[in-house]
Amino acid sequence: MLTAYDIYHLQNKHPHIPTRCAPRPKSGFNSMLDSASPLIQVKNLEKTYDGGFQALKDVSLDIKKGEILALLGPNGAGKTTLISAICGIVTPTGGTVTVAGYDIIKDYRKTRAMIGLVPQELTTDAFETVFATVSFSRGLFGKKRDDTFVEKTLKSLSLWDKKDNKIIQLSGGMKRRVLIAKALSHEPDILFLDEPTAGVDVELRKDMWQVVRDLRDSGVTIILTTHYIEEAEEIADRVGVIAHGEIILVEDKTELMAKLGKKTLMLDLQQPLKEMPDALKRDGLELSESGAQLVYTYSTNGERTGITALLQNLSDAGIRFKDLNTKQSSLEEIFVTLVHEDSAKTNANNPAQAQ
Amino acid sequence: MNFSAVRAIYAFEMSRMWRTLFQSIISPVLSTSLYFVVFGSAIGSRIPEIEGVSYGSFIVPGLIMLSLLTQSLSNAAFGIYFPKFTGTIYELLSAPISSFEIVLGYVGAAATKSLVLGAIILATASLFVDLQIAHPIIMLLFLVLTAITFSLLGFIIGIWADSFEKLQIVPLLVITPLVFLGGSFYSVNMLPPIWQTVTLFNPVLYLVSGFRWSFYEVADVNVGISLAVIAVFLVSCISIVWWIFKTGYQVKQ
Repeated sequence: MLTAYDIYHLQNKHPHIPTRCAPRPKSGFNSMLDSASPLIQVKNLEKTYDGGFQALKDVSLDIKKGEILALLGPNGAGKTTLISAICGIVTPTGGTVTVAGYDIIKDYRKTRAMIGLVPQELTTDAFETVFATVSFSRGLFGKKRDDTFVEKTLKSLSLWDKKDNKIIQLSGGMKRRVLIAKALSHEPDILFLDEPTAGVDVELRKDMWQVVRDLRDSGVTIILTTHYIEEAEEIADRVGVIAHGEIILVEDKTELMAKLGKKTLMLDLQQPLKEMPDALKRDGLELSESGAQLVYTYSTNGERTGITALLQNLSDAGIRFKDLNTKQSSLEEIFVTLVHEDSAKTNANNPAQAQ
Repeated sequence: MNFSAVRAIYAFEMSRMWRTLFQSIISPVLSTSLYFVVFGSAIGSRIPEIEGVSYGSFIVPGLIMLSLLTQSLSNAAFGIYFPKFTGTIYELLSAPISSFEIVLGYVGAAATKSLVLGAIILATASLFVDLQIAHPIIMLLFLVLTAITFSLLGFIIGIWADSFEKLQIVPLLVITPLVFLGGSFYSVNMLPPIWQTVTLFNPVLYLVSGFRWSFYEVADVNVGISLAVIAVFLVSCISIVWWIFKTGYQVKQ
């Protein structure tokens, strides 16, 4: 967890960090696909469920062709609702979504034929065989029966030897693969993976990431939701953060890391200090409670990190250290910061709900 | 029109029939045979002819209707309830298919199954009693219209139901009594006058009566009225299904 101190410093040091998506410039293109226009365009999407719960609030998001976009957010943030709205499972209460220029409501046949969806829950026809269920999906999406293609898909997911097994006999990880095979059975251009690695062991998770990468390499655009930051960090090209039904930010992963990334240098001192010597005092440097460690937080995107000066000053002051190590802040810390900022804002706007 | 999807749903549903052969075919045939043995042979032999038709033959159209109604209903209801129950309905909702195509697939398969069953029961009946079919085309029309209408009704029940109990309640508590009280096993004329009037409010009476007319030209009500009633029933079911998909009732939020 980040401390209030970290958040405070992060905000002060990086006033340029966008906390919300900038409004998208109006584009002259409308329906034709080209490299400049996004493959999926979500505009001011709203969803309020019958019970009055507002799951999506004015969500706007562009998804580029060929990328892996990770939607990151805590449970109940609206990730699944967003995906479900794009795929046609829930009806939006406001806003529009276009896929390759086609409206998801008016031209639902065209948009849905382009999309494959792997749901979060392992929902399968338990008594069907793997081969039959994948063939069924292919037919359902309007494609001609093609056993060779189904065979290829099953082989690529290491399911071929299970093709005649009933789904009920498979392990959880295998079932997840069956769902992916079903989603891929109609050769979609876009694949939505809703929490693909929830409840999947480490080994299988790595396999799954490889599957996702291979798919991207074959030209499929992938949108996955996750609450494992590690996952987004590992495979995404861009990261979108959702909390309380709003998109807080969408950024290139590496840019995000660079922008928000900070490193800490920890110096284990040979002799504990009672207090910080005046000569060392500077922004970002702290003495641990025991006095045995100096912690220096610095930004990696500046040209000067201040490390040389710090070490020089330490040596001048005669402070010796026995060990040092540095730590890069992870996407997780960034994520926690963003979500905290957002809830602080929400609470400020609705003081009644703040308790 | 996404024919491939309709075919996929249809084939998928039909394959369930083969997988559950016992439940789908053998058990209704067995129970109908029991009816023939008990009502047709054991008790029926002591009942005089009804309007010139032996009792065993008289109950055949009613028994076929009984199976047709209950099987259409439960096949269609189960067919759409199961994806809702397991969650696989996500695939139907996210597929490039219209509601009409979904209904066509599910209701088509359910109606086909009950028609196959009806034919099997008819064949079984011919082993026990003398059968004559005076108007085969009208008979077929009744079979097909009834199978489609009650499969639609079953589809509606399957959408409405949110538990297995609800799925069972309509066939058990509504359809079975209506069929038994709808003249499947007797002619309405055999009832006291007041009950004859009450029976006229039972829609199943019109189905059984019209269907029986196509066999023996013996009917409680005019065959034209029978056809009109089933047509009204069919249109009502179609309207409800249309409303379900328009509002997303119990399917889509």
